This record gives sequence, structure tokens and C-alpha cells, in this order.
Amino acid sequence: MNDPTQPNVGLFATCLVDLMRPQVGFAAVKLLEAAGCRVSVPEAQTCCGQPAYNSGDEPDSIAIAKQVIETFSEFDYIVVPSGSCGGMIKRHYPEMFEHDSGWLAKATALAAKTHELLSFLTDVRNYSPTGVSYAGRATYHDSCSSLREMQVKAQPRKLLGAVAGLTIAEGNEAETCCGFGGLFCVKYPDISESMVDAKIDDIVKTGADTLLAGDMGCLMNISGRLQRRGIAVRARHAAEVLAGMGDLPAIGEPAKGRD
Amino acid sequence: MQPTSPNFKANAKAALADRPLQAALGKLAQGFPMRRAEAAARLPEFERLRDQARDIKDHVLENLDRYLELYEAKVVEQGGQVHWCETAADARAAILRICRKAGAISVTKSKSMIGEEIAINDFLEQNGIEPVETDLGEYIIQLRREPPSHIIAPAIHLSLDQVADTFLEKHTDLDPNRAIREPRALLEEARTRLRGKFLGADVGLTGANMLIAETGSNVLVTNEGNADLTYGLPKVHIVIASLEKIVPTLEDATTILRVLARSATGQDMSVYTTFCTGPKRPQDLDGPEEYHVVLLDNGRTKMIGSEFHEMLRCIRCGACLNHCPIYKSVGGHAYGWVYSGPMGAVLIPNLIGMETAGHLPNASTLCGKCESVCPMRIPLPRMLRRWRQRQFAAGRGGFVAKTALGLWAGLVTRPKLYRFLMGLGVAALGQLGSKGKFKWLPLAGGWTQVRDLAAPAGDTFVAQYHKGPRGDQSGDLIRKGWRP
Ligand code: SF4
Repeated sequence: MNDPTQPNVGLFATCLVDLMRPQVGFAAVKLLEAAGCRVSVPEAQTCCGQPAYNSGDEPDSIAIAKQVIETFSEFDYIVVPSGSCGGMIKRHYPEMFEHDSGWLAKATALAAKTHELLSFLTDVRNYSPTGVSYAGRATYHDSCSSLREMQVKAQPRKLLGAVAGLTIAEGNEAETCCGFGGLFCVKYPDISESMVDAKIDDIVKTGADTLLAGDMGCLMNISGRLQRRGIAVRARHAAEVLAGMGDLPAIGEPAKGRD
Repeated sequence: MQPTSPNFKANAKAALADRPLQAALGKLAQGFPMRRAEAAARLPEFERLRDQARDIKDHVLENLDRYLELYEAKVVEQGGQVHWCETAADARAAILRICRKAGAISVTKSKSMIGEEIAINDFLEQNGIEPVETDLGEYIIQLRREPPSHIIAPAIHLSLDQVADTFLEKHTDLDPNRAIREPRALLEEARTRLRGKFLGADVGLTGANMLIAETGSNVLVTNEGNADLTYGLPKVHIVIASLEKIVPTLEDATTILRVLARSATGQDMSVYTTFCTGPKRPQDLDGPEEYHVVLLDNGRTKMIGSEFHEMLRCIRCGACLNHCPIYKSVGGHAYGWVYSGPMGAVLIPNLIGMETAGHLPNASTLCGKCESVCPMRIPLPRMLRRWRQRQFAAGRGGFVAKTALGLWAGLVTRPKLYRFLMGLGVAALGQLGSKGKFKWLPLAGGWTQVRDLAAPAGDTFVAQYHKGPRGDQSGDLIRKGWRP
């Protein structure tokens, strides 16, 4: 059971997965185990603190960061099914402790072993899914933080390329922000609406029936707007499809067995 | 100009509903970014040049006092004069003094953002001097009495028809039935009108893309050649520039020129690049008799050493505007002052105050596209966040927002309580949202105004994982094929 060659991975599920989409957490566990990792899900995890940090609330973001650092320092790797929360730990925690050398060292050490899930599977574990299928035409949305803070671009496409029956149709605006931006979308709903509509127009142009991405924030934003506009494109986290859970209800769809 | 930045939300809403503006922004969104990407790809050392350009400006900012003194000495040595101005009012007064001394009644102007910053046109008019914008875009917005909506393409918000209507309305001495719906015709009409103005001007006022300490020169970059007629024909040339425009050497200037046009319009070089050095010398055939540099601080020295220090590297290329999804949604006027886009959202609060421009750093998703294209590698998102930190520290987040954030953070840092309450909340929401989504939820108005909200799935992931459906570890169950 305790194979010493297996790295000890702490899964930071992120608050959105934890609260809104547990199956992404389960998919992540499944994928990480298939990639030869020992996975732990610390119960003391809550949120990475990004809403506070991006609202300029330094004291609270620092308190939250310290707690995450303490909860996850013991692991060989910290894996996050989100480029946004991953980027928070990897890029912004060290920034926060610029003037606190003790915590800076801890934050930097944690940052060094923090990875976004999909890139961890390919780049660190050299993993490729086998025996997984998904019948559909999907387009992939690059979340801003996955792309620009975590350098995730080719990795999800490589993984998804191994899924039988799945075609990826690239959108011209795959790299353009969807207008979520955390609290931005509720503070400036008009601008956010115009951005998410532009994103959706681009998705529709690809002819895809499925939208995949690696960040729940973007996925909830885009899928919520797709549903409001009555467009039949289903949104899922890429990990769900990779873990063979692509037949579960898509984001915002009623669970099976309910009306 | 009177800032309308406090009305950012209303400005944005109006801009989103403005059809011609949206069409113009759509064109911009397609054109500039594509051309920049192509230009960057054509030049293998482009990324290295960006590093060099950044380093040059960093070095200047570290030694600004020394380079400014060197620069002034060179200008004086060439027979020119430097007027040090701390505020916009000082700069306006200096310009007026020079104009008065020259007995000027007409001033031609090439595009200058500093000119906009100090609102020199209105001031000259109030003092009985006619300012004439000679950049086509600036000329158009001067006729319309509008501020620029983009730092390098001031009239980008207008359609061809709107420009034609403006010409018909303002050029009343011409045949009202003339055909001017074609770009060429508009250009010819503007050119004909401007030609006379160029020849009749008493003073030429230009900006400066850079000031070179080594030679005392100012660099002018245009695509129309209007700057050359502006400084070369009148008897007096006034350069108006802010003091961070300085670079040490000609070599440094060319390094920055190599990234400037590529980042701005995707051109390898702008059509006209001019180095002006001092007044006409005895052996020169033409050129101005007087050469003045009005060197403006207007808040810059306060930025040195602050968290906005790096903003002073900006070369006003406009790349961050061209690539910004917010700018592309609402255009430049929504920002409510002379600058816009990500650089404006960082700079404007520095220049006119956070109280007035407080919306701007918040109206961003921090998507990071701007930083990825900025030739000077300015960390714009980080600085937008710095403004939010200042606002939060000053209690400007708003009481409700601040209290809500505080309560939430209190919960997030107490994992046991968090788990307990989230479990309850998720279960309750899961019951309510049995259709899988909400069309409306209390307190979620900003979200549900635009989109549905996916309902949570019964219990939190962490709780499900640890309890498992039969009380054992879900990791094992998943391996055995269990599905949530
Ligand atoms: S901030 Fe950078 S991209 Fe924006 S105008 Fe300045 S130099 Fe150009």
C-alpha cells in the first residue's frame, strides 16, 4: 500500500469543486491514482484566498495563505484541478510574503511543488489515459491563469487526444478571457456579459457540442450563460472526461434520478 | 478635461449599447493583435529586445536625476531651452509664455498625450490662440470636441460615416453636396485644410516619444509625417514631454523603436521617425529658430519608488489596449479621462486620484493578456491589484463588501466551522436547485442577471470523499468503480 516510489500528492480540490462540482474532485483522485500517486485530501482545506487577494484584502489573504501552506507542506506535490487556484499558490503566495522572509521561504517551497492537475499528469507523471471514450466534438477554453500563470496549453489537448471518439475543435478565441474574473462578474455584470457572449459566439462557431476547460470558475460562468441563452453546449471539467466520467450530468444539468 | 471616471459603470453601459462604437472595436480587436503577433514572429530577437527595452528604462529610472541633467545640458548646448514644470498648470503657463513672446495666434500640434493630459488646446483657445491638431485622428476629434479614445489611434471609435458627417457639419465653406464618403476623399479634404494651417502657424507644438540624454534630441514617430511639418515650418518649436521619456543614448532609442511600432501597429517601423535636435543652425536650410522643451512632472516623481514605479517604463504603444478584453468591450471613452485600457487603469488614479478613478483598477478580470504583450514587460495586473489593496486599506471597498469578505475569510480560516456550515449550505442549495441550476438566487443578483447558476450536488467533495457512501475511503471505492 505504501509504495515508497509513489509520490505523496495532496489534492487541493478548490472551493468551487468542493462546493459545486464534487465529481471533479473524484475524477482528479482517480486520475492521480491511475498516474501512480498516493492521494490525500486534507480535511482542513477550504479556499486559496483568491477572492480576498483580488479584492485588495491583504490581511485576510495572508491569513488564508498561511493556513494553506501549513496544511499542504507535508506533501511531495500539491495538485490543483484549477489553473487559477494553482496560480494563486504558485505565483501569488510568494508575492504576498515579499517582506516576511520566514513565510517567504515556506511559500516558495510550496510554490515549487504546486501543479495544475492536467499539466501535472503529463509533465510530471507522463500519464496518458487508456480505455476512455467520449462521443462528441469538444472545444477547449484556456483559462487565463492556466495559460498565463501556469503555462498550460498543450497538456490538456495531449491528454484529450487519447480519448476515443472525442474530436477537439479549436476556437479562434480559445485564449481570450471569458469575463468571469471572480468578483468582477458580479461587480461589472454588463461588461462581463459582453465578454462571455463573445466567448460563446466563438464556441458556437466551432460547432462543438461540449465545452471543456480546466477551471470551474470559467466553466460555471460560460455554462450559466449558455443555459441562459438556451444554447445546447454541455460544459464539463476536462478531468471528468479523462477519468471516464463524461456520462455524468454536465454542469448545470439536473442529476439523474431527479426531475 | 473634466474626468467622467466616477461614472465608469454608466459610461460602460452606454458604450456597450453604442452600435457604431461596437463595430469599430470589433475591427480593432481583429486588426492590431494579429499584426502585432505577425511582426513579433518575423523578428527572432523580439523577446530579447523586450528585455533590453525594459532594462534600459529601469536603468534610467534608477538614475533619472543624472540623465535629466545631462539631457538639459545637451539641449542648452544646442541652443535650446528646458522649462521644468511640476504641474499641468505650470506647463500650460510655460507654453503660453513662449507663444506670447513669439506673438503667436496659431499653433500647429502633432499628437501628444501630454498635450491631452494638460488640456493645452482649451487653454490656448481661452487665451486667444488657435490650436490646430495635424494628426488626422486628432484633427477629427478636435472638430468633434472629443477626447481621444485610444493613445495611438485617437479616433478609433468612429466610423467612416461619422467622420464624413463631422466634416460636412464643420467645413461649412465647402459644397455641402460634395462626395466625401470614401477614405481617400476625407483624407484629401483634411490635407487641403491642414496645408494652409501648417504654413501659417507661428508655433509648432509636438510631443516626444523619447528624449535622448546623449544628444539632447527628441524622437518623433508618426505615420503621417505631420509632426515634421509641425516642428519644421514654424519659427518656434515647443516639445512637450513628461520626464520619464528620457533614454540615455541613441543606441537605446533605437532598441526601443524596434519594439515600439511592432507592439503598437505591427509595423516594423513607423513611416516617419524623426530626431529633432535644437533650433536651426547657421548652415541649416530650414528648421525652427527657437527650440523649447516643456518638461512635465505632473505626479511622476511621486510614482518613483512606489508600487507603481514600473509604470514609468511605459512607451505608450497601446498594445495593452489593443489586447484588453475590457477595452475591446467598452472602448476608451468609458474610462473617463485621456488614457484608457490597462495602462490607463494604472496611470489615471496616479494622476487624478483614486477617489475619482477608483472604478478603473477594479474593472478588470486580471486576465494577464496585457502584461503578456507589453513591450516593456510592465506587470499591469499586479499594479491593478495594488490599487485595490490601497482602496481596501483606505476602507473604500464599501462597508458591505468589506464586512462580507471579512466574514467569509473568518470562515475560510476555520476549517472545521467551514466544513460544517458549507455542508449545510450545499445540502440546502442542492435541495432548492433540483433542476440543476438557478435562474435567480438572493444575493447572487450580479451573477443571475446574466447567467444561470449551477446548483451544488448534495454534499461537499471533501465530506463525500472522507465519508464515502458506505463510510469508507472513496479513493478505494473509485478504484472499484464507484461513481459519485
Ligand atoms: S503599458 Fe506597455 S503595452 Fe501598455 S502602452 Fe505602455 S508600454 Fe505599451
